[in-house]
Amino acid sequence: MSVTPSSPDYIIPKLKAETIASLVKRGTRLDGRGLHDVRQVEIIPNYLPKADGSALVKLGNTQVLVGVKLEVGTPYPDAPDQGVIIVSAEFVPMASPVFEPGPPDENAIELARVIDRSIRELGAIDLSKLVLIPGKKVWVVWIDIYVLDHDGNLVDASSIATLAALLTAKIPKAVISEEDEQIVVDKTTHVAQLPLLKKVVTVTIGKLGKALIVDPDLEEESVLDTKIIFAISEDGKIAGIQKSGLSSITKDEVLRATGIAIKKGQELIKIIEQAVAAAVKQAEAKEEKKVEEGKEKKEEAPEAKESAVEEATKDREVEEKSEAFEAAEEKEESKEKEKEVTEERRAKEPVKEPEEGTEEAEGESAKKEAAPAAQEEKEGQPTEAKPEEKEEEVKEEGAGKKAETGEAVGEEKSSKERKIDGRENLNSTQ
Amino acid sequence: MGGAKGEKPKLILENGLRHDGRRPDELRPIKMQVGVLKNANGSAYVEFGKTRVIAAVYGPREAQPKHIAIPYRAVLRCRYHMAPFSTDDRKSPAPTRREIELSKVIREALEPVVLTEMFPRAAIDVFIEVISADGGTRTTSLTAASLALADAGIPMKDLVAAVAVGKVDGVLVLDIDQVEDNFGEADMPVAAAPALGEITLLQLNGVLTKEEFEEALDLALKGIERIYRMQKETLKKKYLEVEVEV
Repeated sequence: MSVTPSSPDYIIPKLKAETIASLVKRGTRLDGRGLHDVRQVEIIPNYLPKADGSALVKLGNTQVLVGVKLEVGTPYPDAPDQGVIIVSAEFVPMASPVFEPGPPDENAIELARVIDRSIRELGAIDLSKLVLIPGKKVWVVWIDIYVLDHDGNLVDASSIATLAALLTAKIPKAVISEEDEQIVVDKTTHVAQLPLLKKVVTVTIGKLGKALIVDPDLEEESVLDTKIIFAISEDGKIAGIQKSGLSSITKDEVLRATGIAIKKGQELIKIIEQAVAAAVKQAEAKEEKKVEEGKEKKEEAPEAKESAVEEATKDREVEEKSEAFEAAEEKEESKEKEKEVTEERRAKEPVKEPEEGTEEAEGESAKKEAAPAAQEEKEGQPTEAKPEEKEEEVKEEGAGKKAETGEAVGEEKSSKERKIDGRENLNSTQ
Repeated sequence: MGGAKGEKPKLILENGLRHDGRRPDELRPIKMQVGVLKNANGSAYVEFGKTRVIAAVYGPREAQPKHIAIPYRAVLRCRYHMAPFSTDDRKSPAPTRREIELSKVIREALEPVVLTEMFPRAAIDVFIEVISADGGTRTTSLTAASLALADAGIPMKDLVAAVAVGKVDGVLVLDIDQVEDNFGEADMPVAAAPALGEITLLQLNGVLTKEEFEEALDLALKGIERIYRMQKETLKKKYLEVEVEV
């Protein structure tokens, strides 16, 4: 049963809540971002040695790890010639004082399902290429989302990590014996990239009064009226929507949010592509070195694998633009000066020119700072966890209730909405 | 739910009508009734074609267990559940992930209209049973739940009415059924409080361009307006009957 949460993920001092609201009204935010700015995105693709594809994503201080595993399974009876996608999300207890051990709650389930739908509905993964024995055995793509540190906007962080992980995912070698239809999987050898047809990412837009903000952090989320999540494909289509939160939203706001989301979504996809491409290139370079060194020993093995990777990388690199270094460079900066970074970045965003030699920084340097610490200074209310109510039906109360009330009381409009008048925001929807 | 079984039928016929003979902007035959259960404080039965839903409301009553209570408002609790016999294949009665998610979005679609501040520390429970599922169950459920809340006499800013718009064979159509959902390109459930001009539920399952989305939203809001009128009539009718009896 779904219950109104008795406290948000983060309890915010009233003064701060008011500050956030009044800043947003004036078109800026507590951390210096503009209303439509995404926090710094840091992506470490291929983060995990045992997964077939993976990525660690930091969206500001939010950290999400996604691992993709391919296993042999049976197809759905109504889609015998297609692979299977299964997305699940875990909000691990280390990620926030309000997360508790146990099966996924409604928020985790909602998150997983929103991301699942974005991938599924767009046909992002070419499931027809994941068939081993038609009608009997197919690849099951397990996408497991692991929230490591909760500083707001878990959906977008998870979505970014999912796309990055899928871009790095490779299909393990499977040998099918003709007679008895047995399949032997060699987990250590990969034969091809996971066939991705389209790319999709979510963009969460928060509504605060009349203003719309992109990528709300934890503090902002605690004061938001509601939020609306858009799944945006690389070609600017809407591949899913989910309104989530206690309050409502007007049609005009929805339409305004749509415009913002489409723009931001396409930008984000580019950033992800570049980060992954840079990492792959770097890994390749390393591999090459290794190969050269040990050339005499074994020549054949790495060949096939590399060409596959290269192929996949190539087209991505063509469209490569500034942001890849930006990401790399920013990473270094970020270590020293946390806050200024965002501001600086915004300033230089449009300017930067691409050059050769992205490979630097990306993968290695960042690996050290992986382990997060749950550092929210919050009183963790062990609240909204899974209330396993027995549906004990209450003894009946007085039967006849006067119900003239059903009719709208129209007037009511929450005072919050009232106060905020026209001058919403300096940001144009575009 | 989900999964396309068998061959895809023609969803838009040569004459521009849908597979069941409806126009693109036509709702299924709708029935609504309130006060269908004796024990519940409020209840409603709503039927959209072959989709049938019963909603019941208990409360405001004491929040149990106590720790879920909120000092300045009532908690809303919502359970969306599909009966084992509601679908083509028997559905296990255990709650699925889908039902958990829908319970949440339905609750969040009701939260904006219920005046929860009037009942601090209390709980208002909304139980929804889908007894027959033929597409559009969440929207039918929401329409029924809001009627049941009104029937229970719980103060609200407005009623919530809901309907799904789909894209089938490239055409935007109102109030899609199971077949159109299974074989269509998109399914977009929308709920709104028409008198407030607020959207309280919005989901999109499928792919639309921005222009299609805007058009679909308009289509949904038009349908909602009609459903909303029916809801009001249904509530009025019940109390007119009471008046006659007295």
